[in-house]
Amino acid sequence: MENSNISYELEAVREDCLRPTHKWGLVTKIWLGCLFAVAAWGLFAFIFQLRHGLGSTAMRNYVSWGLYISTFVFFIGISHSGTLVSAILRITKQEWRRPITRSAELLTFVSLLFGGIMPIIDLGRPDRLLNLVIYGRVQSPLLWDVISICTYFTGSTVFLFLPMIPDMALCRDRLIICDTKFKKFRKWLYTFLALGWTGTKNQWHILEKVMTVMTIVIIPVAVSVHTVVSYIFAMTLRPGWDSTVFGPYFVAGALYSGSAGVILGMAFFRKAYHLEKYITPRHFDLMGRIVLALTLIYAYLNLNEYWIPAYKMATHEGFLLKDLFFGSYSGVFWTLQFGSVLLPIIIMANPKGRQILPLSITCIIIVIGAWIKRYIIVVPTLLHPYMPIQEVPADWSSYFPNWVEWSVTMGCLSGIFIVITLFSKLFPMMAVWEVEEGVEIEHDRKAILEIKNKREAEKRLRTEASVN
Amino acid sequence: MKKENESTNENRRKFLKLGLLAGGTLAVGVAGLEKVLSKEEHSGMDKTVMGNDGKMYKTNSKNLKECCSAPVSNEEARKGIEGKKFVMVFDLSKCDGCKKCTDACQEMHFTELDREWIKVFKMKDSETTAPYYLPKPCFHCDNPPCTKVCPVNATFKRQDGIVLIDNERCIGCRMCMAACPYSTRFFNWSHPVQTPEVAAMKYSPEQGYPRRMGTVEKCDFCPDMLRQGKMPACVSGCPMNVIYFGDQNEDAVTNSSGVTLKLSQLLEDNAGYRLLEDLGTEPRVYYLPPKNRKYPKPEMNSGEKNGHKHKEMDMGNMMM
Repeated sequence: MENSNISYELEAVREDCLRPTHKWGLVTKIWLGCLFAVAAWGLFAFIFQLRHGLGSTAMRNYVSWGLYISTFVFFIGISHSGTLVSAILRITKQEWRRPITRSAELLTFVSLLFGGIMPIIDLGRPDRLLNLVIYGRVQSPLLWDVISICTYFTGSTVFLFLPMIPDMALCRDRLIICDTKFKKFRKWLYTFLALGWTGTKNQWHILEKVMTVMTIVIIPVAVSVHTVVSYIFAMTLRPGWDSTVFGPYFVAGALYSGSAGVILGMAFFRKAYHLEKYITPRHFDLMGRIVLALTLIYAYLNLNEYWIPAYKMATHEGFLLKDLFFGSYSGVFWTLQFGSVLLPIIIMANPKGRQILPLSITCIIIVIGAWIKRYIIVVPTLLHPYMPIQEVPADWSSYFPNWVEWSVTMGCLSGIFIVITLFSKLFPMMAVWEVEEGVEIEHDRKAILEIKNKREAEKRLRTEASVN
Repeated sequence: MKKENESTNENRRKFLKLGLLAGGTLAVGVAGLEKVLSKEEHSGMDKTVMGNDGKMYKTNSKNLKECCSAPVSNEEARKGIEGKKFVMVFDLSKCDGCKKCTDACQEMHFTELDREWIKVFKMKDSETTAPYYLPKPCFHCDNPPCTKVCPVNATFKRQDGIVLIDNERCIGCRMCMAACPYSTRFFNWSHPVQTPEVAAMKYSPEQGYPRRMGTVEKCDFCPDMLRQGKMPACVSGCPMNVIYFGDQNEDAVTNSSGVTLKLSQLLEDNAGYRLLEDLGTEPRVYYLPPKNRKYPKPEMNSGEKNGHKHKEMDMGNMMM
């Protein structure tokens, strides 16, 4: 009786996970259509930029890094999501992570892919990209970026792909019985990605072993990535960037915005693919607590970064801080501090604030706020160099991104959504075998509990009988 | 088992095929990109010149230069002039802010008029201290923050102290621009504005032209002039004898009137200093403080240091 119960449940898990890959509804088509339109416009803007040079953006000689580099830092920050959920929760044996690991790992993969593209878009001579390999200097923070991002990308691809193998085998085997689009292509795809998986004990053993190694290895790699990204600023002498706390500050910012991104992914897929049974309010409550803890750590480092120089008001730091606190950037700066740091802390500290809808809204605020914060780190510092800005062309002394920069950036953002959507249409968005494992573990746990209770009841009856 | 091996072999072949196809596409794509971006590189024009023997020769304009000798090779440009350690001194008490140094430099290097490789600032270090004119070239620092961060070694320090940029290697990442605390570097954001004659010349890091879109440029201490024993353009162009230029190894600096002084004595007698000394960049340019200033002090705009309000560059008078 119990065996058939559990096999019924496992079958339900498989059905729920695979159902989204069967349908290509109208909503999906409209969604993808819009995304492709934005991406195509972004591509056009990029080709325009290639032809006319970076002068077609709003960047000039003082603000020589603008929206592209800010977005680069933001995307790399979001990429810390997968590591957090998958690796750290895996190591600490948190069972509740099972339904959300796939979407978190996907978010990492995709944001690293497009985050890595952003600096290339920002280059004056992208045709000389290979110079980085031929003439690369390991003393340069930019080369550290290249190395660590490539390493992390490789690592997170493996981290995403490995647990997909049993699911690919499942999809491959089930393809005959279900009616889906692009059948021939999918048959080839699943067979290729399944790598000949047949579910033998040996194969499972190898998979578990490699996953354990990857889990341990990827955590320091992820920490190094955002530390090294912070070094392209912190290794310069500019007031506002010449700070010793940039490494931990950026990593904390990455973790807090990345985990907020995971929550948004959870909420979206739960609604869109009817996964309410698996991604429960309890998951949101637990992830909400994690985001709260990370936001508190980020708030602490953020306070350090601004309070310490503000107390001293050294000459050139003073000019920058006055601009941030009282000047042209004050509106944005204080809105960010209160709206995207303090307010989320207040909301998430309340258990009601960790319910699905308020938490999702809070995470949207966090993610957008993190993006704007990166901009506030990059641009105002460049407008306050040591030498005064005097008698230069008008467009050198101020900056706001223009249509080229917005178009290319939005094109990359829609590229992220395109990859996520296509992925979720081809592959199950929950790691089926992990969720199945979770179901089995839960069943075993319940069965053990039942046996225990039974034995206790029998024992009680026997002692009562002997007394009588 | 054998069937599994066959299918894995086939998978491997398919993967290799796909990989080669992807690699080939990437190579073609990059080559195509190069074609699109290298639009301003001309192949040169035919010119007829008279040789030393009195005969007429036909040659490509790439081999010609208006005034000076042929530009040196990339390897020589990276090594520098042996035995020299160039140094520059500005006597701020003589500077009247006329900007003839900027004009001379821009003429010499065919520079677009909005970028000033040597720029004359109006400085006022604090509320109570004196205002003064400060001409600032690149300092060719001995501990350069810019060369440290270049990922491709496109900017480099030579044995004669000069920091140059190789615009055939620069990838335009602008990390050096972020790193320089003196706002010394400029970027070629768009197609460079230069005459066909200049565009057709052979490029050398020592002369800094023809310019390439998407690369960085800055003051280079005129190494092509130095090789011929001439002074940099700004030094010769200064009518007030503000700028001294020379060799630290010889402990001698000379100004535009030909007055040569002992460098160490000059610095000692006049309390020479360097800009932002505490940053540890070790500049090779010294300033003599504006004591007993010979010319009127600069008029400072209000809020110049505190806000973004400043007198904008007059673009109307420029012939672009």
